[in-house]
Amino acid sequence: MLGEWFNYDFMRNAFLAVCLATPLFALLGIMVINNRMAFFADVLGHSSLTGIALGVLIGLGDPFWAMVAFAVLVACAINFFKGATHATSDTVLGVFLSVSVALGIMVLSRGGGFSKFTSYLIGDILTVTRTQIITLGLILCVSVAYLMTAGNGLMFLSVNPSVARVRRVPVAYLETTFTILLALVVAFSIRLVGILIINALLVLPAAAARIVSRNFFMYAVMAVVISLTSGIAGLILSYYWGTSAGATIVLCTALWYGVLALTNRKR
Amino acid sequence: METNSCKHCCIKVEGLSVTLGRRAVLDNINIHVNCAELIAIVGPNGAGKTTLLRAILGEVPYRGAMRMQIEGRARKDIRIGYVPQKCVFDIDSPVSVLDLVAAGVSKQPVWLGVNGRIQKKAEIILDKVEAGYLLKRRLGELSGGELQRVLLAIAMWPVPNLLLLDEPIANMDPKGLSLFYEIVTRLKKSHDVAILMVTHDLVGVAPHADRLLLLNRSVIAEGKPEEVLKDKALIRTLGPHLWNISKIPINEG
Repeated sequence: MLGEWFNYDFMRNAFLAVCLATPLFALLGIMVINNRMAFFADVLGHSSLTGIALGVLIGLGDPFWAMVAFAVLVACAINFFKGATHATSDTVLGVFLSVSVALGIMVLSRGGGFSKFTSYLIGDILTVTRTQIITLGLILCVSVAYLMTAGNGLMFLSVNPSVARVRRVPVAYLETTFTILLALVVAFSIRLVGILIINALLVLPAAAARIVSRNFFMYAVMAVVISLTSGIAGLILSYYWGTSAGATIVLCTALWYGVLALTNRKR
Repeated sequence: METNSCKHCCIKVEGLSVTLGRRAVLDNINIHVNCAELIAIVGPNGAGKTTLLRAILGEVPYRGAMRMQIEGRARKDIRIGYVPQKCVFDIDSPVSVLDLVAAGVSKQPVWLGVNGRIQKKAEIILDKVEAGYLLKRRLGELSGGELQRVLLAIAMWPVPNLLLLDEPIANMDPKGLSLFYEIVTRLKKSHDVAILMVTHDLVGVAPHADRLLLLNRSVIAEGKPEEVLKDKALIRTLGPHLWNISKIPINEG
C-alpha cells in the first residue's frame, strides 16, 4: 500500500527524519522570514563550511560542535559589525558570506582534498542513523518549547524593536538565543540536507505560507503543512527518480510556492 | 486655565543632555510633565526631538535624570507607552491586529492560535481607540491612521505613566488626524496619563496640547499654547511661513 520504498530500512529512517525535520524547519522559518533574517540564516548555513574546516584543523572526528561554535561566532561578529560600521546589514552579511565560504574552501582544499567534503554540500538524508533521528526529535521538542515562550516576543520584535523593548520584551536575549538555536539546527541538519539547500528548507515553506495567511496561527499551520507534505512527497519522488532527496524536497516546496503565488496574485 | 492634573503625580526630566560622537544633540533639557497633561514638542528638523524620545526610552546614552513622583513619593519604575513614527514590517506580513494585541496582553503563544477569552480582551482594548473593527485585518492592510490607533491601543495596555508619541500623525488623512487627537485627549483624561508628543503639526496639535515646548537642541520656549504661539522665538526657530500662527483658535478647557 505504501509502495516498495517503505520496505527499506534506510527509507523508513529517512521518512522519520523528514517527518521531524520539516516541521522544525517550518516553525523556525516562519520566525526567520518574519524577522527578515533569511539572508542571515543563509550566511549561518554557509559558515558551516568554515566550521567543518576548523573541525578538521583541530582534528575532530565529528565537526558538529565546531560548526555550531563558528556559526555563533559569525552571528556575533555580524551584530558587532552592523553596529560598528554604517554599512547596511545586507552589505555586512554579503561580506561575511563570502569570507566564511572562501576561508572554508581554502582550508578544506589544502593538498587537493576538497572532494572528501562534497557530501556536506549536498547532504544525504538516506544515511540518517537512529541516534540522529532521536536527536532530531529532541531538537524539535526543544524548539517548540522555546517558541512557546519566545514566539510572541519575536513577533513584537519584527514589528518594531523599540515598542518591543519598552514592553519589556528581552530583545537582546531573544536575538541571541534564537540565533544560537538556528545555528544548532542548521549545523545538525547539514549532513542530512547539505549546505547548498538548507536555507531553502527554512525560507520556502514560510514564504509560501505568507501568501495565503491572514494571521500568525494560519501562517504557522500552513508552513508546517507545506513543509511536511513537500518533505514526504520529495522523499518518495527522489527514491523513484534516483535524485537527491534534499533537492527534490526543495523543488516540491517551490512548487507549493509557485502555485500559491500564481493563484493569489491579486493580493 | 484649569488643568486636569491631580498635582501629585509628575514625571521630571532633569538636566538631560545627549552627545552623539562629538556633537551635542541635546543640552540641559528640563521637562516636567504632570499626569493628564499633554505636552507637544515642536521644533525644526534636526532639533533633537526624536533623540529626546530615544533618550527617555533608554536607547541612547544621556546625562541627567528621569524621575517620577506619584502622590508626592518618588518612584523609580516608570512605565512607558510608546507609539513609534513608523513600523518596518513587510506589507505581506501575516501578523494580524489581533495577533499583535494578543501578544501584548497574554503570554500564550499566538502562533498556536488566539482563544476566545483573549480575543474578547483584545476587542475591548481596541474599542477604546475605535479600532475594534480592525481585529481580523493584517497589519499590512491598515491605513496610516488605523495602524497608529492600533499601536496606541497597545501602548495604553497596561496603562503607562508616560505615553510617548513620535510624530504619530505623519501618514494620516485629515479625518484620521482629528479622530486621533480626539482619542488621545479622551485617553489622557480617562486614564490620567502624562503624554509627550513630538510633532510637526503645530497648527493641528495646538488646540489639544496643554503645553507647547519649542525645542532646538535646548528648550527655546515653553508654556501654554497661546503663549508660545505669540512668542517671537517660534517664528525665529521654525521659519517665517508661520507669521500668522498666533491666530490659531485655542479651545480652552
